[in-house]
Amino acid sequence: MRGDYYGHAVRKGPSLKIHEYQAKQLMKARGISVPSGLLATTVDEAVAAVRPLIEESGNPVVVVKSQIHAGGRGKGRFIEHPDLGGVTVVLAGIDGGVEAAEAAVRDLAGKMLGSTLVTIQTGPEGKQVNRVYIEQGVDIETELYLSVVLDRAVSRNVVMVSTEGGTEIEEVAEHTPEKILRATIDPAIGLANFQAADLAYGLGLEGDAFKNAISFMKALTAAAVELDTDLIEINPLVVTKAGGVMALDGKMSFDANAMFRHPHIAQMRDESEEDPAELEAAEYDLSFIKLDGSIGCMVNGAGLAMSTMDIIKYVGGEPANFLDVGGGATADKVTAAFKIITKDPRVKGIFVNIFGGIMKCDTIAVGVVEAVKEVGLQVPLVVRLEGTNVDLGKQIIDESGLNVVSASDMKDGAQKIVELTK
Amino acid sequence: MSVLVDTNTRVLVQGMGQTGRFHTDTALAYGTNMVGAVHPSKAGTIEHFEGETDHSGVQGRADIYSADLPIFRSVVEAAEATGANASVIYVPPPFAADAIMEAAAAGIELIVCITEGIPVGDMVIAKRYLEDKNVRLVGPNCPGVITPQQCKIGIMPGYIHKPGKIGVVSRSGTLTYEAVFQLTNNGLGQTTAIGIGGDPVNGTNFVDCLDLFNQDPDTEGVIMIGEIGGTAEEEAAEWIQQYMTKPVAGFIAGTTAPAGKRMGHAGAIISGGKGTAADKIAALKKAGIVVAPTPTDMGTAMLEALG
Repeated sequence: MRGDYYGHAVRKGPSLKIHEYQAKQLMKARGISVPSGLLATTVDEAVAAVRPLIEESGNPVVVVKSQIHAGGRGKGRFIEHPDLGGVTVVLAGIDGGVEAAEAAVRDLAGKMLGSTLVTIQTGPEGKQVNRVYIEQGVDIETELYLSVVLDRAVSRNVVMVSTEGGTEIEEVAEHTPEKILRATIDPAIGLANFQAADLAYGLGLEGDAFKNAISFMKALTAAAVELDTDLIEINPLVVTKAGGVMALDGKMSFDANAMFRHPHIAQMRDESEEDPAELEAAEYDLSFIKLDGSIGCMVNGAGLAMSTMDIIKYVGGEPANFLDVGGGATADKVTAAFKIITKDPRVKGIFVNIFGGIMKCDTIAVGVVEAVKEVGLQVPLVVRLEGTNVDLGKQIIDESGLNVVSASDMKDGAQKIVELTK
Repeated sequence: MSVLVDTNTRVLVQGMGQTGRFHTDTALAYGTNMVGAVHPSKAGTIEHFEGETDHSGVQGRADIYSADLPIFRSVVEAAEATGANASVIYVPPPFAADAIMEAAAAGIELIVCITEGIPVGDMVIAKRYLEDKNVRLVGPNCPGVITPQQCKIGIMPGYIHKPGKIGVVSRSGTLTYEAVFQLTNNGLGQTTAIGIGGDPVNGTNFVDCLDLFNQDPDTEGVIMIGEIGGTAEEEAAEWIQQYMTKPVAGFIAGTTAPAGKRMGHAGAIISGGKGTAADKIAALKKAGIVVAPTPTDMGTAMLEALG
């Protein structure tokens, strides 16, 4: 989900993602209906979860669900077990009872835990599964789709529902956009009853399911606002044979800028799901995103950082990262940024592009010189400085005796670094 | 002429902490008419500023400036005492949306919010609050607004700007400086440069600014700098095609950005567009805008648009 971070593209600052089981805990605490489930980090924990879940529901079916921060888990497959899906329904209990279900869960959890799941969202390298969620089976009547997300065009949250549950919403939008219904939420009012009723009616619901869907949507919308989510997506939202409305899956991500008022959610962050270099960068308050190219970039400002990557590509290179040192960087921060970039063995050259405003060019120059002295310089370095105290900055670089190539503008700098790394 | 700010703009500062003080000092050096500040814990005190005049700003001033700004408890009190008609906000993110609403309630006509990192939910509420009020919000998360040699509100380096005929509107900070720098180097001064900010919920948008520049007799051309995400650029392109009477150049950052994946798409479904750089560039070109192929070509793209 790198795009989430992208400069201002979606928002400044990353969104905070949590696991499905955590999203369900949050929903359950707010009275939003979810199947019961238990988290397991070991095979024994997974097996121990089976009996209480079956005895509580009276339903002999349980589901074993890999917990990673990526969608498409059901259709995803493990590198170590190519026939096994990331979400697997255990039917053994129907004929064999609890013991048979336990045996099946022992086998599944044993294969899933520690293995690498590849889904359409993980990339080919996949993600290691360290937690599985054992959940009660549900008697499903219909599968629906529900999400709450910001509509930038009107600066308000919107609720989207569709009868096409279980399908990627992008596909629904492309092929049958008329099947997506929406309601815009007035922040002064919340989702009004009539709006929820319109949506439930549009989904073709009747009786208990109609009433339950209205309550569900109102509670979920309130949760979105109160918990500062930037996305809640329930896919599928299911209507049970008994007329209940329940979140069978649940994806929630949060506005990182609002986490100061939700410490219990901030604690749910799973750092093992994040890139170590990006985590290190975050410690220094640097916006950093790892990419696949060979030219490391250090830039001030998100827009300038994005366009620096654009121009590197324009002249035939590939950026190794997006790195915005921010507006008020210190020499220390610049040194830290430099170290993070040089740690990547794929980096064959570095391009520093700074337009000094508040951040003065001499500050950047001092930081670069310090960093090079500290970590050494194994690859070519091109520096383009412009703006506040530019002459002083250039002087510091020149007098440092370091092997640094100066650039007159962005394109010149991009061409030089691409040439030097050929 | 210019838009939004000029020598008649009387500016109040909300948040006279370290950041607020630093940029107030720079603004005073530039010659901006700073009239006071709101900072409840310092209410009743005077903040003193003095230093070397920035001669790239308001012309004809002595080499040294000195100012004493009164600090107030609330915007209402400050506005009454100083006659401020604009406010610049440096309040920390958790309190910034409230500061915007407070300024609006006090009838401040132009509110420029520099603060970065305001929760989106707070801005949704603040924007709803502003709906029926006759105020203009610029930002948040923006560099501010500058009319060269008249008034600088915000954090941009003043000296790169020169008075002239080009209106500048941008979602980015440093990329705006880059554009202004190129304009100035190509002999193109600016009427006013507006940073509208990069947050998903903001006040003034591209269309608002284009409309202002279109009506300003001194503005002869406009450069707009957009980036990936949302559909503000596409909407601007449509507006330009219908109403704009002046040449427009543009640049979109983020051609090489990896797709926003899930979140980006979910948002895009609502807005009915993908928000990619390619979509935006196509929309701008269709509206007859000269699009700079690289960020180094923004100045020359403006020259080309002017013909």
